[in-house]
Amino acid sequence: MTHDTVEIAAKEGHLEQPYAELGLKTDEYDKIVGILGRRPTATELAMYSIMWSEHCSYKSSKVHLRQFGDKAPASDRMLVGMGANAGVVDIGDGLAVTFKVESHNHPSFVEPYQGAATGVGGIVRDILTMGARPIAVMDSLRFGDADAPDTARALPGIVAGIGGYGNCLGLPNIGGELVFDPTYAGNPLVNALCVGVMPVNRIQHSAAEGTGNVVVLLGAKTGRDGIGGVSVLASATFDSVGGPARRPSVQVGDPFTEKLLIECCLELFDQELVTGIQDLGGAGLTCATTETAAAGRSGMHVELHRVPLREASMEPPEILASESQERMLAIVTPAALPAVLSIAAKWEVDATAIGEVTDTGRLVIDWHGETVVDVPPASLADEGPVYERPMRRPADLDLLQATDPSTLPRPSSAVELRATLLKMVASPNLCDKTWVTEQYDRYVQGSTVLAQPEDSGMIRLDEDSGLGIAISTDGNGRHTRLDPYAGAQLALAEAYRNVAVTGATPIAVTNCLNFGSPEDPEVMWQFAEAVRGLADGCRTLGTPVTGGNVSFYNSTGLAPINPTPVVGVLGVIDDVTRRVPMGFPAAGRILLLGETAEEFGGSEWAWVQHRHLGGRPPVVDLSREQALASVLAEGARRGLLGAAHDLSDGGLAQVLVESCLRGRVGARITLPDGADPFVWLFSESAGRVVVAVPQGAGSTFTDLCVGARLPWTAIGEAGGESLAVAGVLDVPLAELRTAHEGTLPSLFG
Amino acid sequence: MTARVGVVTFPGSLDDRDAARAVRRAGGEPVALWHADGDLHGVDAVVLPGGFSYGDYLRCGAIARFAPVMGSVISAAGDGLPVLGICNGFQILCESHLLPGALTRNRHLHFRNRDQRLRVETTATAWTGGFAERALITVPVKNGEGCYVADSATLQRLEADRRIVARYVEGNPNGSLHDIAGIANDRGNVVGLMPHPEHAVDPLTGPSEDGLAFFASVLRHLVGTPA
Repeated sequence: MTHDTVEIAAKEGHLEQPYAELGLKTDEYDKIVGILGRRPTATELAMYSIMWSEHCSYKSSKVHLRQFGDKAPASDRMLVGMGANAGVVDIGDGLAVTFKVESHNHPSFVEPYQGAATGVGGIVRDILTMGARPIAVMDSLRFGDADAPDTARALPGIVAGIGGYGNCLGLPNIGGELVFDPTYAGNPLVNALCVGVMPVNRIQHSAAEGTGNVVVLLGAKTGRDGIGGVSVLASATFDSVGGPARRPSVQVGDPFTEKLLIECCLELFDQELVTGIQDLGGAGLTCATTETAAAGRSGMHVELHRVPLREASMEPPEILASESQERMLAIVTPAALPAVLSIAAKWEVDATAIGEVTDTGRLVIDWHGETVVDVPPASLADEGPVYERPMRRPADLDLLQATDPSTLPRPSSAVELRATLLKMVASPNLCDKTWVTEQYDRYVQGSTVLAQPEDSGMIRLDEDSGLGIAISTDGNGRHTRLDPYAGAQLALAEAYRNVAVTGATPIAVTNCLNFGSPEDPEVMWQFAEAVRGLADGCRTLGTPVTGGNVSFYNSTGLAPINPTPVVGVLGVIDDVTRRVPMGFPAAGRILLLGETAEEFGGSEWAWVQHRHLGGRPPVVDLSREQALASVLAEGARRGLLGAAHDLSDGGLAQVLVESCLRGRVGARITLPDGADPFVWLFSESAGRVVVAVPQGAGSTFTDLCVGARLPWTAIGEAGGESLAVAGVLDVPLAELRTAHEGTLPSLFG
Repeated sequence: MTARVGVVTFPGSLDDRDAARAVRRAGGEPVALWHADGDLHGVDAVVLPGGFSYGDYLRCGAIARFAPVMGSVISAAGDGLPVLGICNGFQILCESHLLPGALTRNRHLHFRNRDQRLRVETTATAWTGGFAERALITVPVKNGEGCYVADSATLQRLEADRRIVARYVEGNPNGSLHDIAGIANDRGNVVGLMPHPEHAVDPLTGPSEDGLAFFASVLRHLVGTPA
């Protein structure tokens, strides 16, 4: 069989190529011809089509994402910033932490188990690539209505896939989100986060440097799975029939191989045997070879026929586009090669020298003696098209914002308020999530200090000093739909607050930006506003964005999902024994920190009771969030807090129920004179936290609040067997538990 | 002299470091053993930790059972070496025929991780001598294939010989027959447990410290055993 070679392409000049079928636009194709001075070979065309896809090139988002760098607050913790596989922050004691959240939405819709499993596998390899040992995962999941037929198909498979992969890797799953909303019905969101830790001096780089160094492919054999994952799947919108037909574009995971790959790579790093390392994820070998060569400002010569294959009949474009999982590309010196191969053999990991670093500035790929690729690597990796897409404020936004929830009928009598409380805590977004989280191992590695349902996951890093980290992810598509600038900041504020309530200090941010089609000007406007809001918010809070991921084309037909920026915040805590849990202690004063206003725009109450989405989201006050964080950190450090729990969806009522059930203790609450019980119990004003303060510590703690100009209200005491709000309701814990815990088991079995 | 307790790492073992930590917290000296090395390096007891050895491919524990280290463990167990298999380690012990029966897919078909109440049913093993009679403890379970099954004759014999080491109480998490969470061989030196005592050695990172007594028990047992 003859292959399309560089020689043939040069002779044939400008023969038309099937670029449109591969997702390239005419001007993009013309640009490729300009770069090469000839038509691309079939293999080169496949490589450009995937590297210049939305997923790989960030061509629609790049001009906006620059704000994360331009507006980044000064931080002496940043060791590796945006643009690398994952950002790295210094947390002291010679340790560095890397974390990142990434989407695997479309693969998980098409093939729930494998799509979600390989989403975990991919983000874990990003963390490993930085030199870190992965130490925990989290996942943010969004589905259509809980009782929708496709949710019953997608959710159990996605949860099983996340568990199946993460459990087998030995990574504790310490938190995440589970949200239901009809806009995700045809496009569920699966965002996976991983965090890793390393000694500061073990940070790895992805540059292919040093002429004559060897390019080694580690891990699984290359097969036909996942071809087109980034271009066909992730960079296009699903139409009504697109789903199952695209199953071959989904990768298939093997967590056992990944576990061995992790241990093998960490041993290579510890013995300082690699000069560069890059994971193979989206765009497979194409991405790994072009990005390492571009980063090294070098060239690379690859003998593609050396790549171990699962299927001998694979052609060069397939081998280069395959997204087979559990593979890494290492750059090693010829002197180190024998040691590298021997460590790989110890871990039973395949290792194959497939090429070498050159000084030509070209990526040259040969296939059985013929050259099929000869390109400048940066033209693929860094110099893809960049678009300033047209933007337009959504035509329906004024009407949506004017449709205020203030006119909705509200519960007022004691009987109605009690019924509302029970309905709310049993609703799919507010109910207990144990049915999901108990499918994940939270204990493995033996350092999990906090895990779901706590506000943040917390991991101990040092058994002697007690140094640890806390992480939370949050997002609210309804708030962002109503006001993308404020919605992104609310997500940031909530994740920041969730870290703060555990006693940790927030230091850095990652994000996964899930939006509809960038070719829709209204979606593009939402995206731009959300990025602007998030970048401004991070600057104000002093928490730099260290990296993230953009997922576009989350639409069903022409209908986009609610714009959903998911924000992950990392915090550090000097001594994890000082962590603050969410469950009330047996006794103690309960205080509400912050201020409660009548804010029901985009609230759970408006949705659960009325299927209503309209008005404005809650007001964001980032200086209030900072005051809260400083008071909580100091309160935790001084042992003044028996419990702390952040208020968000469902408001105060939800927090009281969760803290009572978690602590297995009741609470006697008295709202302030003149307070409207409905507003106080269910409003979703931001910047609020409920704390329980041990008897005797009350005035010391409230002095801290006064010092930070943080308003607080004493609302009651922990104790008893029921949640009682004076003059309003009194519900036994057993009844609350039945309502709160019964929903997911009854839906999913 | 501090007892030396070997912790075996198979490809895919996950809770090996946790088991080593538990040994250390109980006052023993953990010794790392490698699956491909048939030498037990003179350890006084062995823990087969939890995880997914060989990815649980074929059948949980079925491949690990043939590792070189297992040949040595099987023969030393016959000579009375205390051996504790936790979760995947329990599965390996069943596959090795050091313990009867088998661990099968959970009845509800889900992986399940929860803090589980257990009753310790016998103190007459190397690994449970330090417990009070019929002690109630809380230890995490986390498994997808933890449903213990055996034929009725085997179950009768286990019951009659008091070889059921621990039973699930306040709810059976996986459908195990007779609520069995762990069993011993007839000599009491080999114990398999589906729950994870190594995750319950510190209230900071686990639901209790109840698991520590399994590791403390074997250290006490070894002190009483003539060298």
